[in-house]
Amino acid sequence: MSATLEKETPQYTKKDFVSNQDVRWCPGCGDYSILTAMQKAMPEMGRRKEEFAIVSGIGCSSRFPYYMNTYGFHTIHGRAPAIATGLKVMNPNLSVWVITGDGDGFSIGGNHMIHAVRRNIGLNIMLFNNAIYGLTKGQASPTSKPGTITKSTPYGSLDNAFEPVPLVISAQVTFAARSADVLLKHLQKTLVQADKHQGTTFIEILQNCHIFNDGVFKNVLDKKIRTDKIIELEHGKQMIFGAKSEKALVLDRDTLSLKTVLIESVDEKDILVHDTTTEDPTMHNLLARLNEPVAMGIIRQLNHKSYEQLLHEQENDVIAQKGEGDLEKLLTSGEIWQV
Amino acid sequence: MKAFIDIAKSELNKTIEANSAKSQQEIEKVTIRFSGDSGDGMQLTGGRFTTTTAIIGNDLATLPDYPAEIRAPAGTVAGVSGFQIHFSSSEVHTSGDRPDVLVAMNPAALMANLKDVLPGGVIIANTDAYTKSNLTKVGYAENPLDNNSLNEYKVVKVPISTLTREALKETSLSDKEKERSKNMFALGITFWMFDRTLEPTEKWIKGKFAGKDALINANIKTLKAGFHFGETTELLPINFLVKKAPAAKGTYRNITGNEAISLGLVAAAQLAKSPMLLATYPITPASDILHNLAKYKNYRIRTFQAEDEIAACCAAIGASYAGTIGVTSTSGPGVALKSEAINLALITELPLVIIDVQRGGPSTGLPTKTEQSDLLQAAFGRNGESPVGIIAAKSAADCFNKAIEAVRLAVEFRAPVFLMTDGYIANGSEPWLLPNVSDLKDINFDLTTKKNNEDEDYHPYERDPQTLARKMAVPAVAGLEHRIGGLEKQDVTGHISYDPVNHEHMSKLRAEKIQKMQKYIPEIEVERNTSASGKSKNLVLGWGSTYGAITDARITLAEQGIEVDQIHIEYINPFPANFEKLLNEYDNIFVAEMNLGQLAFLIQGTFAVKVNKVTKIQGQPFKISEIVEQIKAQL
Repeated sequence: MSATLEKETPQYTKKDFVSNQDVRWCPGCGDYSILTAMQKAMPEMGRRKEEFAIVSGIGCSSRFPYYMNTYGFHTIHGRAPAIATGLKVMNPNLSVWVITGDGDGFSIGGNHMIHAVRRNIGLNIMLFNNAIYGLTKGQASPTSKPGTITKSTPYGSLDNAFEPVPLVISAQVTFAARSADVLLKHLQKTLVQADKHQGTTFIEILQNCHIFNDGVFKNVLDKKIRTDKIIELEHGKQMIFGAKSEKALVLDRDTLSLKTVLIESVDEKDILVHDTTTEDPTMHNLLARLNEPVAMGIIRQLNHKSYEQLLHEQENDVIAQKGEGDLEKLLTSGEIWQV
Repeated sequence: MKAFIDIAKSELNKTIEANSAKSQQEIEKVTIRFSGDSGDGMQLTGGRFTTTTAIIGNDLATLPDYPAEIRAPAGTVAGVSGFQIHFSSSEVHTSGDRPDVLVAMNPAALMANLKDVLPGGVIIANTDAYTKSNLTKVGYAENPLDNNSLNEYKVVKVPISTLTREALKETSLSDKEKERSKNMFALGITFWMFDRTLEPTEKWIKGKFAGKDALINANIKTLKAGFHFGETTELLPINFLVKKAPAAKGTYRNITGNEAISLGLVAAAQLAKSPMLLATYPITPASDILHNLAKYKNYRIRTFQAEDEIAACCAAIGASYAGTIGVTSTSGPGVALKSEAINLALITELPLVIIDVQRGGPSTGLPTKTEQSDLLQAAFGRNGESPVGIIAAKSAADCFNKAIEAVRLAVEFRAPVFLMTDGYIANGSEPWLLPNVSDLKDINFDLTTKKNNEDEDYHPYERDPQTLARKMAVPAVAGLEHRIGGLEKQDVTGHISYDPVNHEHMSKLRAEKIQKMQKYIPEIEVERNTSASGKSKNLVLGWGSTYGAITDARITLAEQGIEVDQIHIEYINPFPANFEKLLNEYDNIFVAEMNLGQLAFLIQGTFAVKVNKVTKIQGQPFKISEIVEQIKAQL
């Protein structure tokens, strides 16, 4: 479908991906750094600019496509994964990115989200998670923690919160990662890794809405404490973190949970080594649900065929069996008669 | 020629000598209803009778009528499944008002259908099923076959289950399998009664049960046993001949509306030289479109069964955004869910075909029954000013043409277009003269690949001056990267715009674009009886599946001395260019539709002419007599 694949890919820089539209997020919004990370990541993906299509729903984050000098489609609330699915099915050569927020992606669009993930269709889904409705000016979202005080929950939110990564793991995701607006380099790297993956990728990005939910992730991402509060996972590497890399994760076999220990106090072989590729999701779920440290990086990555690959194979099989469809023959198939 | 009903009772009550040859009476037309429990295979029986009848060369129309439950409790009225066929040696427009012949496989079938059977008609009953418990289940205190309650009819009592078991006693089939073959026995009787050949059914049985010789032999044996029973039984002293109907030369097949839509979509994709995506969600009575197209993977048609109606519509829009043809099929409740997405296609000016196979509403309503009550939903059921194209198929075979038309208008105007059909023509069938593929007109789905102005950026909302369709560039084309979306757009540049004057301009422009379709659709031709002296002052109007019934009503009225001209609206938004002028030429306008007056409302609102409503909303198609009577009452 894309003749452009034959052409040489130009060496792009960030500015090639900046559109001529003024960015209208609130000054200081976490979305700015996510936009920068994307504009820096795309030149590293080795694709031609016209192959990128960015599809968004409704919400603050969903303005994203207007600011990217790529093909972009700002659609309707919650439906971006469904629209992106139609696009990807009909042109699998595109690099399709879905931009969504916690309200757009997990409330009104929750159904489309889990089904896109379950199909393993080649969409890269970026969830801007700020645990609040920003564009409608501050209501509780499906990722707001119980008790959160917002305009719609003045006495505290009663709902339990979704945990996005465990949720998509349950929906059979083949690539789940987590990063944050303040981890610009880490996010940029994660986006490039996502583009290389076949099938659905899901990237939860912890993002600060400093107008309606300021500091929601401060206890994790504050620069002063961050090294002790997050762990950057890498496939094949030991799970070690801390300001001086002095801490490690081990498995507590009695409670089947992860436990932070000081490296000096454990046997080296007890330190867990991250394996993104295990089909059994138990360890990935433990990592994804960890509150301290919060797991960053690629949590799960499986090498499965994507929906569009399977579709392509199925079509080729049918054509091999039946031959290319001939309209005349189709019309005259079944029981016909002559007058 | 005498009508079946006038001769059936007297001729069939004659006694004949054993083994003497039976005589045959020619009749012009007859209507048969096969009816039984949901598990009795009546849809299949009707389908096989239909195919044979089509191949013989009769004109025909059918009406399958089945319950919403897959298997309602056995033997109850709620579980009765029926299939009606009207066939003739002359032209047929409807599936028949009332059956001449009822095949009633159990008491529930008799109970549910007796009121419809014409007095003097024939009832073929499977006496084995008229047991005490089955009779009690539906409230018969005594067996109606044995008292005098059916004196008005010729009742042919046949122990079909017993005779089927007898025919199959040498086979290895289980009792259950034998019992399931009894519909073939009933089919055999009706084949003899109307002098139909067994050959197409034998061929079909061999194909269906290929590799299962025991089942092939059993089904053919039972079919033949039924036929021979008809031939030899004293209960049927004569049989009936319905000669071929005159028809245009060519190749024919029998087709339902849903099949015709599926083939029309395949044709449209080829005519547009474009891949197509049918994205849909299962819903009665539209699901067969998905079932059909899912088989055509070698035709570059992709199908996508989405997680819900909304996703289905959105995936179709995604396909259009990719520069291919996005189609979604559904019924009324699905249209309600898709409405927000339809407006996205509208404001982003992307092609989208929405197929609405209407059923009884509101809410879940009558899922398996027919109705035309989504017209105003299609026209207005969305937020904001939301003009869309609307066309309607008038018969099962016409669904083929209209599927192509819907795709053509959607892609050439970059707009949502509704194709309205309904449960009656979706599942009902008629003979279809196959079109010559090379005669079908190409569809022009031109995509922009070059920059259209001197500015730095490509202008996605620059338009073709004739159609007002916007220039459409799709992802993967270098240099034309741009953004579209559901926020109001500045004309030409496509940038987000909150400018009040621009919004008014764009609102009017979107309406004008749909109105421009008028130049690309055919004008209306008035239909008039050949006997008519000239133009009538009376007009009957309709749209969609009522075409056949209205046509017959017009003919019936003429026979009674009332001349009425007929217009059938196939393009509803926009209406054809000559419609208003034509409307003003009549004193009395009747609008016949299966709702409470939706086209009537549209016409009165659009043209400020007064119309008389002719309506029916019972989940069943119009009977000819109902249209005739309602028109006469208002004249």
